[in-house]
Amino acid sequence: VTRSERRRLEDEAARKWTGAYRSYDLVKEFCIAVGVALALAVVLTILFSSPDEKPSTIQQWSRSDPVDFVTTAVSELDSSSGTAGYGPPYNHNSDGQHMAFIHLQKWLGVSHPIDTAKDFVIAPLQAIPGQPALQGAISTYQSAPSKQQMAWTDAYTKALGNAKAGPGGAIIVTPGGSGPVPTMMSSLLSFAQGGGLDGALLTSKQFYQTDYTKPLLFMADGGLLSSRAQADHLLGNQWGMMNETGSFPGQTWLWLYTFWYQIKPFSTSANADILVMTVMGALSLALVLVPFIPGVRDIPRWIPLYKLIWRDYYRSAG
Amino acid sequence: VSVPAGEARRPRKSWTIAVRERALASWPPETLLADRQPSYVSSWIYVFGVLSIASLVVVIASGTVLSLKGPGWWHFTGIGHFFNSIHLWSVELFFFFMVIHLWGKYWMAAWRGRRSKVWITGAITFLVAIPCALTGYVSQQNFDAQWISTQAKDAMNSAGIGAFFNLTNFGQMYSYHVLLLPVAVVALVIAHVLLVRKHGVVPPFPLAGTTSKPGTAASQGGAGQGPTASPDRPGDGGGASAESSPPEPSREGSP
Repeated sequence: VTRSERRRLEDEAARKWTGAYRSYDLVKEFCIAVGVALALAVVLTILFSSPDEKPSTIQQWSRSDPVDFVTTAVSELDSSSGTAGYGPPYNHNSDGQHMAFIHLQKWLGVSHPIDTAKDFVIAPLQAIPGQPALQGAISTYQSAPSKQQMAWTDAYTKALGNAKAGPGGAIIVTPGGSGPVPTMMSSLLSFAQGGGLDGALLTSKQFYQTDYTKPLLFMADGGLLSSRAQADHLLGNQWGMMNETGSFPGQTWLWLYTFWYQIKPFSTSANADILVMTVMGALSLALVLVPFIPGVRDIPRWIPLYKLIWRDYYRSAG
Repeated sequence: VSVPAGEARRPRKSWTIAVRERALASWPPETLLADRQPSYVSSWIYVFGVLSIASLVVVIASGTVLSLKGPGWWHFTGIGHFFNSIHLWSVELFFFFMVIHLWGKYWMAAWRGRRSKVWITGAITFLVAIPCALTGYVSQQNFDAQWISTQAKDAMNSAGIGAFFNLTNFGQMYSYHVLLLPVAVVALVIAHVLLVRKHGVVPPFPLAGTTSKPGTAASQGGAGQGPTASPDRPGDGGGASAESSPPEPSREGSP
């Protein structure tokens, strides 16, 4: 279609309709549509209800899998966890993801600062009253050189590889050369199993609190959430972004978004998220600008499904 | 200068008058609440636009009930869970109808005739509805919310959005979900509908090999009558019969 032909077609499509009209009750149609939508929603509700799986807590996690909890806690203490090395917006321990020379994650900076050793382990332990041995262990750990701290946590992490859950929620481990770390972890485990750590990670400068960033990131570093998600086919490689717990439909409109994570280079890239966000951002912009994109705007003319939509009109027009 | 009793003097540059006259020029009452449509508006595909809006009404109504009782209510009462289920399924219906509506409009090339703004507002509504739903998922206060927030944060953080849009902050997400994003969606829908009313429904493509114009006698077989539309189809206005072209067609059918 030439430019002049396109302009002529535009003028024709914009011209006032001078053909026949049909009477039309807009308000009635809208009311009927609301009734239909409500009826469908009620029927679907009666037939299928909605999912509501109880949230996990750190207390529940530390009781059901104390070895995983303590292993995660040690990784927070020695800054080897996912959150510790995440970078912005939580810390400066890495630059985060980037695409070519664009480092949006780094450029936007640390807006929710988290020091995993201090926030997830040391500070909660320091808040436990009446335990001089524990406070002594914390002092020993904090006053030791970082090289010594790392030697202790490495030794304890290695020992945890052979640890087992013992009676009463304790763990059975042989911590050779771990210094004060076993004392600290034993107290943190008891504190968590009593529910104290859930509250301690929410505590801030004010009484009211709605920010669950710290407890969620701590739990996400462990294995509890991911094991539950795997059972509910919610992992990324299970197209989890568009799934829902149980057999309920989830955010199915995210199918294209989650599709990219299933294929290379996205599935194997360390910068997968920013790459997928960029692709989806470009596609979203293209969706908005469809009327102006040559080729894309012409497909409906090339593949005349419109003849089906307006078949009455064309039949009448001969 | 004195003015007759009962009449106020109209200022030359009244913003109020300018807005009113502009609005009435674009949306005269018979266009805003049209009681007739061009005869080609005769297909089931037309019903999905109004069904999308109808589902949005149910979404907002059920969400309002949930908001009245607070975010924790639906977890421990049967009636609360019922309204949560209504909310969930109406959201699913909203997206389902909206996607069909969008595809239908694509295959009609409904942006033709200088209707690109209609398409753009519709597409942006779809895109804004996605974070509106996402913030609802992470506000559920259950395992779903925990998992989705801890996974989706990586995409937000990678693009720098996480610096000011923290999916693991329940309070922030709840505010976005019950106020900011719904207001944006509703505003976009209102703009979209107003543009549809202003520009009218896009006419059919001209038949191949003809240069006839929609709505002209030539394009309708020279009879001067509209095509025979099925009276029982949605979008037909409840089954009324077609009528011939009036001498001065009103704007609701004008592109």
